[in-house]
Amino acid sequence: MTSSVDHLGRPIVAVTGLGVVTSLGVGKADNWAALTAGKSGIHPITRFPTDHLRTTIGGMVDFLPSSGRGTAALTRELAETAAAEAIEQAGIGKTFGGPLFLASPPIEIEWADRFTLYNASEDGDGYARLLAAARSRNDRSLFEASQFGQIADSLSERFGTRGLPVTLSTACASGATAIQLGVEAIRRGECDRALAIGADGSATAEALIRFSLLSALSTNNDTPERASKPFSRDRDGFVLAEGGAALVLESLESARARGAKILGIMQGCGERADDFHRTRSKPDGSPAIAAVKAALDDAGYGIDAIDYVNAHGTSTPENDKMEHLSLSTVFGERIKSIPVSSNKSMIGHTLSAAGAVEAVFSFLTMQNGVLPPTINYDQPDPAIDLDVVPNVKRAADVRAVLSNSFGFGGQNACLVMAREPA
Amino acid sequence: MSARDVVITGIGLVSSLGEGTEQHWQQLTSADAEPRIDRERFSPYTIHPLPQLDWGQQIPKRSDQRQMETWQRLGTYSAGLALDDAGMKGDEALCATMDMIVAAGGGERDTTVDTSILQQSQDSSDVDVLLNDRLTTDLRPTLFLAQLSNLLAGNISIVHKVTGSSRTFMGEEGAGVSAISTAAARIRAGQSTHSLVGAAFQTEHPDMLLNYELGGYLHRGDWAPVWNRGDAPGGGVVTGSGGAFLVLESREHAQARGAKIYAVLGRVAAAGASPDEEQMVAMLGELDLPEGPHLAIAGASGANAVTASERSALNKAGLSARGFSTLTGHLKEAQFPFAVALAALAVSHHAAPAPLDEGEAPLAGAVDMAVATSFGYRRFGGVAAVGRA
Repeated sequence: MTSSVDHLGRPIVAVTGLGVVTSLGVGKADNWAALTAGKSGIHPITRFPTDHLRTTIGGMVDFLPSSGRGTAALTRELAETAAAEAIEQAGIGKTFGGPLFLASPPIEIEWADRFTLYNASEDGDGYARLLAAARSRNDRSLFEASQFGQIADSLSERFGTRGLPVTLSTACASGATAIQLGVEAIRRGECDRALAIGADGSATAEALIRFSLLSALSTNNDTPERASKPFSRDRDGFVLAEGGAALVLESLESARARGAKILGIMQGCGERADDFHRTRSKPDGSPAIAAVKAALDDAGYGIDAIDYVNAHGTSTPENDKMEHLSLSTVFGERIKSIPVSSNKSMIGHTLSAAGAVEAVFSFLTMQNGVLPPTINYDQPDPAIDLDVVPNVKRAADVRAVLSNSFGFGGQNACLVMAREPA
Repeated sequence: MSARDVVITGIGLVSSLGEGTEQHWQQLTSADAEPRIDRERFSPYTIHPLPQLDWGQQIPKRSDQRQMETWQRLGTYSAGLALDDAGMKGDEALCATMDMIVAAGGGERDTTVDTSILQQSQDSSDVDVLLNDRLTTDLRPTLFLAQLSNLLAGNISIVHKVTGSSRTFMGEEGAGVSAISTAAARIRAGQSTHSLVGAAFQTEHPDMLLNYELGGYLHRGDWAPVWNRGDAPGGGVVTGSGGAFLVLESREHAQARGAKIYAVLGRVAAAGASPDEEQMVAMLGELDLPEGPHLAIAGASGANAVTASERSALNKAGLSARGFSTLTGHLKEAQFPFAVALAALAVSHHAAPAPLDEGEAPLAGAVDMAVATSFGYRRFGGVAAVGRA
């Protein structure tokens, strides 16, 4: 049996449970079947009217009981559904017994609730009237839906996680950061296992409009399933999407001791903040490059160890160019022979959930020996010379995966995952 | 004493009491400190407003200031004070390897746009379509970024060049507890050598009050000390604007660069759910304090039931409490960082703040240990032991 500590003498962190929900469906089986079939989950928005909107498509999760019941409710259900699947697979009972790290979107009072409050009072105007109505109604469920800590609190109770649950946001890198926090806690010896979740059910009209104002979204409304086209010459933005994913992280020693099936190893994590601009990366790509290198170093890997890159691949002109720059800088000529594909071509950008969703898919990639494709790759961007696994899945023996997550606010987080302990 | 002890080497504070460690310490030790309050602007609620600040002192570029609203400016400003205080400001090598954890809620919405949409909704047959129309026309892209929780950290990276890592925790007071306990645990385990950690809260915005008042938490009576609002109308919380950032370092790292050390951050105990009095006492027990009496810099929010439990738990633990919210107001995510900062100041001055109301007992003798607490108005809580360097 191999060692249970890594190249730096730290506990090796195994993954013993995985769960996922995206616009492609609930659970690993349905998602993996759709993802490897090159199926898109992007569709016209039906949750709210799209009059006046520049973008009218999304990768929304419309099939859960909480769909349409607000960001907090849907985010919670996405997290809970994914976590239940992961914990069941890990064979852990009702009490999880380790800390919870939840990546979720910032919470705001929904417009529907603002209107309800406003109509409930006739005192004053604007916010004074909302405050008067808040006082007189004392609606606990509305109050709870406005609290940032509420989702994690409720999940912690549901799954019996230990201690003060952490809710975090590193924008589009959040899911990866949640995993990183879990890995660090296990490496510190604070716990034998941690539950890392990324969930995002925040596709509201206002969210869509905000990203539109930043010119970040695809406006390819006529053919939604073809709108997300990472690394293509004609890519025109990301597609806003929802999803949730959960990973049971566990020290290899603890997983072996209880006879759990090891689904893979969380080998290394790296991060670096960018100080250049609020929404744009430093032109030389140095922070993203540093994050990739930090993840490889943390994993104890050279560039030859990576067999596949699960790209951030948002389909925005800026991201895909910068991601190519950072990968080609770190991997040099070898990048041309490493397949790099983007799950977002099919599921869109699940924002706070993306890093976790894509980590789950990275483990499924290794387990199944199949690379999910980058779909809609009909017009390659000549400036991005990558093997993007165009349009059709491919069989491959994958021992280790690099997954990238980059976000607004200069957030860069990278994960290195392995199929088996070294 | 260990090379990996977590020491506090930089403190950045802003509240209605002023800015910086000296102004705060001077106010808090003055026997006749008066709260600075505004009872008019958000009547029937009282708030503790920001002092006059010259943003340019910490955010030199106008273009950077324009990209933020007050909350992010306040956090970026407070973080700059902490970096200055630690002697790290402008040190590219130290900032580029510095980790950061910010506890954050959301930023300010555009009240003018919101108010106008609410008014217009009264005459609309389809409010959803109205919303699309108005938001598409009226929202400003910069405001979206000013609202994003992780963009306070993003702005600190841009303005102060702190880029080792950047993580934002959310979840009211608990986020501040997790931020400090995580940063400290990483340093203790050798995962980090130096870290900027803290939060800011900008209460002078009705949306920020709404998040409390949906649950009926705000105090509506005459101003009263934080422990004594139980009989007044409302829920007991008086909010304030402020920020608190700390530079935490391993002892080894601080000594190697000859930094002044305020105090050592000892054990931190945190709780999920809604800790009751018994759990609070147990958490204080986890700190493993030496024989007292000791000072407690209490982050009590004023929320009636939780505050009463905290008071009783502190009494049972033999701690002499100073409820600083009496003077600053409740600073939400910044509450625990603020408490730890004041505890470090007390320890470094070997003295306790003056009693802030008649129920707080004087504490004689040199202070060489102080407990910082924050129990959330709705959920979560944490306590920390802060000791002599």
